[in-house]
This record gives sequence, structure tokens and C-alpha cells, in this order.
Amino acid sequence: MTWKKLLIPLASVPLILLLAYGFRTDPKAIPSPLVQKPAPEFRLKAFDGGEVSLAELKGKPVVLNFWASWCYPACYEEAPLLEATWKRFKEQGLMMVGVDIQDKEANAREFLQRFGFTFPNVPDPGSKVSIDYGVYGVPETFFIDRQGQIVYKHVGALTPALVEAQVQALLKGK
Amino acid sequence: MISTLGHFVLFLALGMSLYAAGAAVYGARTGREDWLASSRNAVLVNWCLVTLALFLLEYALITSDFSIRYVANNSTRGSLTRYKIAGLWGSLEGSILLWAWLQSLFSALVVARYTDRHQAVMPYVQAVLQGICAFFLLVMTFAANPFAPSFPVPPDGRGLNPLLEVTDMLVHPLLLYLGYVGFSVPFAFAMAALITGRLSEEWLKNTRRWTIVAWLFLTGGIFYGGWWSYRTLGWGGYWAWDPVENASFMPWLTGTAFIHSVMIQERKRMLKVWNLVLITLTFSLVIFGTFLTRSGILGSVHAFAEGPVGMVFLGFLALVLLFSLGLIAYRADRLKGHGELDSVVSRESAFLLNNVVLIGICFTVFLGTIFPLLTEAIRGTKISVGMPYFNRVSVPLGMALLLLMGIGPLIAWGRASLNNLRRNFVKPVVAAAAATAVLVVLGVRQAEALLAFLCSFFVVGTIALEFWTSTRTRAATTGEGFLQAFAALLLRSRRRYGGLIVHLGVVVAIIGIAVSSIYKVEHEVTLKPGERMEIGPYTVQFNDLQAGERPTHILVWANLTVLKGNTPLTELHPGQRFYPNQQSPFASVDASYHWNQDLYTILSTFERDGSSATIKVMINPMMAWIWIGGCVILLGVLVAVLPERRLAMLTARAKAQPA
Amino acid sequence: MIRRRDRWASVRRATWWLTLGVVFIPWWGAAHADAATNFDLEDRVREIASELRCVVCQNLSVADSPSDLAKEMRNLVRELVQQGKSREEIQAYFVSRYGEYVLLSPPKRGFNLLVWGLPFLAIAVGGGVVYLVVRRWTEQAPASRPAVDPTYAERVQRELKDREQV
Repeated sequence: MTWKKLLIPLASVPLILLLAYGFRTDPKAIPSPLVQKPAPEFRLKAFDGGEVSLAELKGKPVVLNFWASWCYPACYEEAPLLEATWKRFKEQGLMMVGVDIQDKEANAREFLQRFGFTFPNVPDPGSKVSIDYGVYGVPETFFIDRQGQIVYKHVGALTPALVEAQVQALLKGK
Repeated sequence: MISTLGHFVLFLALGMSLYAAGAAVYGARTGREDWLASSRNAVLVNWCLVTLALFLLEYALITSDFSIRYVANNSTRGSLTRYKIAGLWGSLEGSILLWAWLQSLFSALVVARYTDRHQAVMPYVQAVLQGICAFFLLVMTFAANPFAPSFPVPPDGRGLNPLLEVTDMLVHPLLLYLGYVGFSVPFAFAMAALITGRLSEEWLKNTRRWTIVAWLFLTGGIFYGGWWSYRTLGWGGYWAWDPVENASFMPWLTGTAFIHSVMIQERKRMLKVWNLVLITLTFSLVIFGTFLTRSGILGSVHAFAEGPVGMVFLGFLALVLLFSLGLIAYRADRLKGHGELDSVVSRESAFLLNNVVLIGICFTVFLGTIFPLLTEAIRGTKISVGMPYFNRVSVPLGMALLLLMGIGPLIAWGRASLNNLRRNFVKPVVAAAAATAVLVVLGVRQAEALLAFLCSFFVVGTIALEFWTSTRTRAATTGEGFLQAFAALLLRSRRRYGGLIVHLGVVVAIIGIAVSSIYKVEHEVTLKPGERMEIGPYTVQFNDLQAGERPTHILVWANLTVLKGNTPLTELHPGQRFYPNQQSPFASVDASYHWNQDLYTILSTFERDGSSATIKVMINPMMAWIWIGGCVILLGVLVAVLPERRLAMLTARAKAQPA
Repeated sequence: MIRRRDRWASVRRATWWLTLGVVFIPWWGAAHADAATNFDLEDRVREIASELRCVVCQNLSVADSPSDLAKEMRNLVRELVQQGKSREEIQAYFVSRYGEYVLLSPPKRGFNLLVWGLPFLAIAVGGGVVYLVVRRWTEQAPASRPAVDPTYAERVQRELKDREQV
């Protein structure tokens, strides 16, 4: 069989390779166009009555976490980690804000109580903030530096190592 | 107990199918009939074993034996029995068992039916079919065991996804699987022909009926899926160009091309290589489809992906492609047909164009489906290729196909004479133009709609003309009544007239698709109780919101009254179903379905106190024509594959009538 | 004799033009169908929303999706349309937040031209191959086919015609 004929079956190899590459990709990990760009401003009323505005937080690094009470199991897994991180770093100037999206108030408050969140959490009426941040699902977390630039976006539940590394980097930054 | 027994039975079946394949090849190569007979017995035993495995799993499902993990994941104690049965194909492992069962069944049928006739190729046909069966059994034995035990044993199962606990679930997957597995038979014959070098047209004749029946099931499955989607999912559409939907559409396209182009090979012994490529493509696309569904590399509503199974399917796809294409390349020299054509204007040319368009559509759908993956590999970004793209590119190709459907059947084979063309086309073209002009006068102005109508009328005209002249000629020559002549005609040239009926069905469906998408009217309004909204000639009044408990969920629905002017026409109750373990509710569509239009309502959102509700109302004109077209297609296929004995009986009866 | 061959030539030409028309003209027509502008607000909103991906669904558009977030995105599109933004501007608005993934139809530039152009190219290539194949087949048609006795041919034609008029 001449080499030319071998081409016919070998023509299928690139396709197989492409499909195999497909296993290395995660259909849920969508790159965000907001990384290395200024974080969109928002001003919302928090669950505990206060007001949270991103502009006022400039100068401090911010961890912005999007969650929902129906987001099981990921949000439930990372919630203790968030609270622990907050407690640990708030003295050093870290700011943490949670945004509750597409949720019912009663369920959200129950979630907050269950994990004892002491950092400000805001509901997102009209989903304006989640649209501004291009949120595809929950949980998603944005790490914002002192200048108000989004440094990193994480999709899915946070891990201790990741949070540690990102927060330290934020705190060190100008 | 069932867990270990079931797994063991699968293991035995795997061994049996490997033996059946190996013994067949060995017997064929050495010419030893005892080995061949043994391998045939193995095929039957294999089927019995897989059937036993199937019964075991069904038994476990029906008796709610939650010690088996699959049963716990796919049924609950409270489910209706028929949904427990359907739980067999509710997710990955069970669906593979169903596939393996159908594959072993078809193997057994083929062996039983054809062994006497085609001794030279049958061992290899058997080997290929058993090889495919062995693959599915292998997946179950080592990667996706449906009999895996659950630990600890849960008190109640998780149940099927509520969307699947409907009667449709009993039909749609079965139809599709019958189609998919059915295509493995002509594929096996083609491979056997290549292996043995017996490349005459025999393998085509053997498998023609299998191919058409497989195509019938696949067509039925696709239409049924659309119908199910439309009635249940609540977005008002029936086809989303989802990767798994596309994966069922692509083998349908190449299968259709194959059915047509095979007719050229039967008559003129041309296009041998091409037909082998087509059937290889068809079967490969079937495997590609099952790979997509089970690997999850392209996000899809249908995918039930889990772990390493995807890699195994990719491996099998690679094997199928390399093996079959390699064989074709190996035999390429012997496959060169003597291509002769008297004239460019001939049915052969029309069929070749048909192939170009169908393969073109298939290529387009395939490219669009994998393009996001390709983009990610090359550019590193994620993009979407969705409905707007597919709709835009498939419309012109669909129009081209429509035109070919009118032209193809009426051009003569070989050489079309001028008289032939004039006789067959002038009237339909004129009639189509006139009918379209009437539509323009009646107010239809959209260019796409007019084009669709023009082409459709043309095709209907050609079909009607063909039926009319042939029936009239026959009635004149045999003295039969018109209806009798018509029936006799159908039975005599069932392939031709069955095919024309299929084309008619396709045209009806295309008109349905075109009109329902171009002239769809949609309004979404938030109403307080008592308020009304206008849509087209109708007024829809929102009366109130109600909630009630159902055995498995809580139903919230809006009571709507539809009026025309001031006369109430009907009441509709679109709602939402809230299931305990689902985070978002499922839509409960309510619509008024008529042959000429559907009035379709959905409840989008509502205030808990019932003070307002947002409803979406759609008028979908001629939507039913899509489903009617599907039925006509099925009718046409039945006419085309009527078995010979029945044909003889009926024509004998027709002849016996007073002449 | 000569006249008949001329007629055939024109029929052949007509066939090739028809083929081209069958394949290309509807495409051109459909491509230009986008250009239609819709002045009704809701129609415009639905048109633009149908090209945006509902981000919490699988493969549905913002126009079709029954989810809450899709409803809010539709409201946002309506606001933007009322502010006078064009379709491109609204798409850019969402792309700047969600990335290209939010567009259900890949924009016609750069690498994406492959997905818009290749189908067209494939059909053209397929058509070309068919043309070459058919030409080779018609050239190979043996002149050795025995000529039909014209008297018999005529008689057959006459009888067929008579039969049809029955």
C-alpha cells in the first residue's frame, strides 16, 4: 500500500487529537475580559442595613465573592474559608464583600446566619452587579488590588492555598 | 447478589462476543465450518446473556433494589413503574447496557437471517457486529458498571431528573438507539465486503432494508425529540442546535446521502468508494455522537458525562475511523467503478448534487459543533457557536435541497430528453409561480417565506404531477378505478412512490419550519389579576395564580382565559413545577395546538402573593405541520419497505378484482 | 441535426446556471436578510437578545430563556436600545463583561471567518468535484452504444404520446 493511500486513514488523526485536547479543557472555565481592568463600581445596601460602595474601598485590597443559597455544594464548601480569611486578614487592611445573586431574601439570610458571615454581604437586585462583573455562575471570586484593578478571577469553590497566595499578593501590592 | 451476578453475566457476555468474533474470523480463514457454526451459536448465547443482564437490572429497578448504585441514582420508590423501567436508560451505565442489548439483538437477527445466503461475507459481518458489541460490553465491565453496588444502601433513590419522568422518555431514546444501532448493520456488511474483497453490489442489496429502517427510526427519534422539547421545555422551540442534537442530525444527513447515492451504484455500478465512505462516515458519526454525549467535552443539556468513559469512547472512535478508512484505502484500486454518464442533465447528476448539499450541511454542522473547541485550542479563548449561526447557514442549504427534491425524481436516469424535461417541469414551475403570486397578493411579503413557498410548491407540484400522470396512465391501460390504480401503483413501485411520499413529508415539514419561525409572534407581559394583553387577533386575560401539591412536586400555575374579541375561546394554565431536590423550577407549558397554529403560553415569573405574573404568549403558525410532515415521512418509508410477500398478496387481490 | 445539438448546449448551460443558483443565490439572499431593521422596540430587543447567550442556561439565548437572569438581561437590553445604542454597541457592552463566549454567533472577523467561510468553500469545492466527475463520465460515455433505429424510436415515441393522451 503506497504512502498516498495511508493518507486516507491518517486524515482522521488531527480530529482525534483535537477531541483528545477537549479533555483538558473545562467547559465551565470561561476566561474573563475584566482581568487587568478596573473593577466596575457598585453601590448597594447590605443585608445588615449598611451601604457598600466599591469606590469608597479604594486603597484597600478587596475580595469580592459572588454566592447564592441554592449553590450547593460549592458555596457551602468555601463559606467557612471565606469567613476565616476575613477574620485573619481584616486587621491588615483586607476588605471582603459578598454579593448574593438570584436569591430569595429569606434563604440568603439563613445562609448568612448558618456560616456566621461578619463581612458585608449585599443582595443584587436586578442582577446589575452580576452582569457588570460577567458572572456566569456561582461561586465566583474576584481579587481586586488597592488601585481598584481586578487581578484575578476564580471560578468555583476557593481553596485555602489559592486564597492565601492571592490575598498575600494583594496586601503586598501598592 | 444481583450486583455480582449482573457484573458476572456482563463479563461472560463480553467473553462470548469476543469468541464469536474471533471464531468467525478463524473459521472463515481456515474454511472450517465447525468453527463457523460455533461462532454463530456464540452470537445467540451472547444475546441471551445480555438479555439476562438487562432483565436483572430491570428487575432491580422495578423492585427498587437500592443496593445497586444505578438503581439508587435513577429511580425512587414512589416512581410509577413505567418510569422505573425507563430508568434503565436514564443515565450512562444503563444506556450503554441498552445499546449493547440492541447490538447483540441485531447481531443475532443478522446471523439468523443471512447465514444461508451470503456465506463468504457473513463471518466478517458477524465479527464486526460482535466487535462493536464487545466494545460496549467492555465499557460496562471495566469502566461504567451498571451493577456497581451502593454503599451504604440508601433508603430511597434519587430518581430520574423530573424532566425525564414523562411518557416521552419511553419513546425518544429507544427510537434513536434503534436508528444508531441499525446503521451498524450496513456498516458491518461494507467492512466485510472490503475485507473479503467481494466488492460487487451484493452488500448493498442485502442491507438496503436495514439502512432504510435504521433511517426511519433515526428520523422518528429526531422528530419526536423536537416535539417533546417543544411541548415540555418551555422556551417555545424544538431544536436548539445543541451539540448532542447535532450529533444525532449528522448521521441522519450522511445516512440520507447514502440512501440516495446507493441508488446510483445499484443501477450504474458507479461511486463504490464514495458509498463506502458514506456508510463509514455515518457509523463514525453515530460513534462520535455517543462519544459527545458521554464525554462532556462540549457542554450540552443532554450530556451525562462521567470520568474516563469519554476517553474510552474516543479510543473506539479512533479505532473505527482508522480501521474503516484504512480498509477503504487498501482496496481503493479494486473499487474504481466504470463511471459513465450519457448526459450532464440526468438523475445521476441531481443525486450527486444532493450528496454535495447533504454532506455540505453535515460538514457545516460538524464544523460549527467543534469550532469552539478548535478556537480554544488555537486561540485560547472560548467562543460560542449557537442557534443564530446554525440557522443562518442552514437556511440556504435547506432551500437548495428542497429544489433538488423537486428536480431529482423527475429527471430520467442517464440522459434526460428535452421532452422529458418539458413534460415534467413546465407545469409544476408555472403552478408554483402562480401559487406564490397568490400568496404575495394575500399579503405575504417576506422574501425568505416566499422563496420557501416557491420551492415547496414546485416540489409538491412535481410530486403531484408524477402521481397524477402515472395513475391516470395505469387506470387507462388496466381499466382499474382511479383509487385502485393509485394503490396498485404504490405497491408496484413502492420504492419510487414511497420515496415521493417521503419527499412530500419533508416539504410539509420544511413549510412548517419556515412559516413557524418567520411568522412567530411573541409577547412577554407582566399582568395583575384581571388584566389583559393582546397578541395577534387574541386577547389573553390573567385571572389568578394558584398553587397545589402534587405527588412529586409543587405546582404553581396561572389561570388564563383566551378570547377572540369578546368571546372566550379556551382556558390555559401555564405553570412552574418545584421539585424538592432541584434548584430551579421546571416550566409547565400550556398551549392550544391546532393544525394551522399553536397558541403557546409560559409562566415566566410571578409574585408569591399572586399579585402579578409575567407570562409569555406565542403564536406559532403552522407548527403542527412539522410533526405532520414527520408522520408523512414515516408513512412513505413504510410504503417503500413493505415486505415482498405482502406485496404479492395485495397485487394478487387487486388483480382478482373484476377486470 | 445541428439545431438539436445547439438546443442541448443551451440546456446544459441552463442546468449549470440553475445549479449555481440553487446553491448560491439563496445564500446571498439569506445573508442580506440581516439588513432589515426593526423599528418596533420589543422586536428589536428580541432580535438583539436572541444573539446573546443566556449565561445560566445551556445553549439558550437571552430571548428564549425562561430564567430570571435572562429576564433581567432582556430588561438591560431594552434600556440600552432605548438609549439609542446600536446592535454592535450592545454586543460590545456584554462582551466587555462576559467575553466573546456570550455571543451566540461568532463575530465575522479573524479566526472566526473560518467557521463562516469554510461551509461555503466546502460546497463550492464539492460542486467543483461533481462538475469534474460528471464531465469525465460524460466524456467516457462510449460512442459504441448502438444507435437506435430511428423508425423504431419514432414509433415508440408516437405510441407513448398516444398512451398519454388516453
